[in-house]
Amino acid sequence: MLAEKHRSAIDTILKKFPPDRKRSAVLPLLYLAQHEYGAITDEAVAEIAELAGVDPTQVASLVGFYTLFHEGPGGAYRIQICTDLPCALRGAAQFADELCARLGIRMGETTSDGLITVEEVKCLAACDRAPMFQLQDNEGIHYHENQTVESAMALIAMLRERQSDA
Amino acid sequence: MPEHILLRHRDVPDIDQLDVYRKHGGFDSLKAVVTGKTPQEVIDIVKAAGLRGRGGAGFPTGVKWGFLSPNVFPRYVVANADESEPGTYKDREIMERNPFQFLEGVAICCYAAQAETAYVYCRGEFWDLAHDLEQKIDEMHKAGLLGERIFGTKFNLSIYVHLGAGAYICGEETALLESLEGKLGQPRLRPPFPAAEGLYAKPTVVNNVETLTNLPPILAHGVDWYRSIGTEKSPGPKIFCLSGHVEKPGNYELPLGTTFRELIYEHGGGVAGGRALKAILPAGASAPLLPATDEVLDTPMDYESVPKVGSQLGSASVIVMDETVDIAWLSQKTTNFFKHESCGKCTPCREGTFWLNNILRRINQGRAKAEDIDLLEAVAKGMTGKCLCALGEFSVMPVLSGLDLFRSDFEDHIGDGR
Repeated sequence: MLAEKHRSAIDTILKKFPPDRKRSAVLPLLYLAQHEYGAITDEAVAEIAELAGVDPTQVASLVGFYTLFHEGPGGAYRIQICTDLPCALRGAAQFADELCARLGIRMGETTSDGLITVEEVKCLAACDRAPMFQLQDNEGIHYHENQTVESAMALIAMLRERQSDA
Repeated sequence: MPEHILLRHRDVPDIDQLDVYRKHGGFDSLKAVVTGKTPQEVIDIVKAAGLRGRGGAGFPTGVKWGFLSPNVFPRYVVANADESEPGTYKDREIMERNPFQFLEGVAICCYAAQAETAYVYCRGEFWDLAHDLEQKIDEMHKAGLLGERIFGTKFNLSIYVHLGAGAYICGEETALLESLEGKLGQPRLRPPFPAAEGLYAKPTVVNNVETLTNLPPILAHGVDWYRSIGTEKSPGPKIFCLSGHVEKPGNYELPLGTTFRELIYEHGGGVAGGRALKAILPAGASAPLLPATDEVLDTPMDYESVPKVGSQLGSASVIVMDETVDIAWLSQKTTNFFKHESCGKCTPCREGTFWLNNILRRINQGRAKAEDIDLLEAVAKGMTGKCLCALGEFSVMPVLSGLDLFRSDFEDHIGDGR
């Protein structure tokens, strides 16, 4: 249960908003749930609804609307490559194609070991440092800029090692 | 400009450290304002300086503050840090590298608006940046620059960072407020505007990060100094985000009114590989394309001049396309972006971007008939002026300007219609 395990984090979130405006805490609570469960489960939706004093439907509708929340399990790490116009002008599509080929997957798929999902995303505000991607895992989101297929593969090798050590 | 006014970290190393920032005059403006000026005096100074909103609309900041409903409290200030326009990455550099100047700007805005609570709404992808910003806010609390009775006055202030979760539309100020209230990020019908009924239906100022970062130098150096930079109607410095086919993409802080030619050729090192320039998107995906004519290149980039040649300055995210770029391909890129980001609330945008995307895909795949180009134009024109917010209105601009300027790029894709 989020409420028991993350009491102080939840209190910190709720304190940011007026006491009668707990609904504002839904997005931060969804991040907390995704961190805890790896995805937004039905159980998490019910817990958040309870904490924020809203209907579970109101929480669930946000999960589909906001792209950083995931209902189903993907890879442990999501490589989200920006292929929007400014990045595309600087070789992002070719980078994405080659990376997928090296991993033996198609765009949107997950490697057979369940480690990496590669996805295309919209502009990430890093247009001068393309090709680039963000790496999303349960802990957060980090930018990797000025990438080559080699640098991305080196990062993936490191993630694989980290996973096998864990 | 010899020195940077907004991107000061490029001149002053470690200005992201509180002691360094303070050593270089940091928080002197806030102190002077809080201890020596009334909120109305601050509003009048910002009005007189002619600062205009840097998020895209270019609306005069002091005038926006002046619309706050009188005598209604509490009030809120929200910093719009949902930077998501394709080609725009200026607010990110400010917050990452010169965070205290931005936060001082937030505090000055709060004093002027008589708000005791501010939220910095960061796009969710700015995860690392947002967590760093929270640490900076903690440091300000410890230094007595936030909290209760700031500088021994009656002014109290808290600043909170709030993360969005991946939705371009939340950059639209009323969608942002909905999102901050824990709802779907869908724009509200206006009026009422946020200054009358904003966050929690209370009077609210929503300002862009770069706008707020202009405040400490305006208060420190005065109206005449500020107006000596830029043009008469568009004063001050602006961060131009240069991307696409240029030798040196990046952020360039220059006076408003700098020409496209100077930005692209002097600062950006010209078109990559020495190829010819074909077109410019001056405001990300959200404005009409401009052709590579001498008239366009010699146009000053300010809020008045860019519309005269058929586009908008917007957030000044200048995307450069060389001669190899197919404008039919570009139109599908921008349209696909808007289709993905349409919030679904109003029909013209939700359905219009969907069908524009379908037609453009058909054209780019060589499956379209000649009359599909007319259909594309008809759908785009049918959406114009009918959408609830600017997203839908903007979405047709690259398409219609592309058809107008580069129609043969679309016609070249026409197959036999099978």
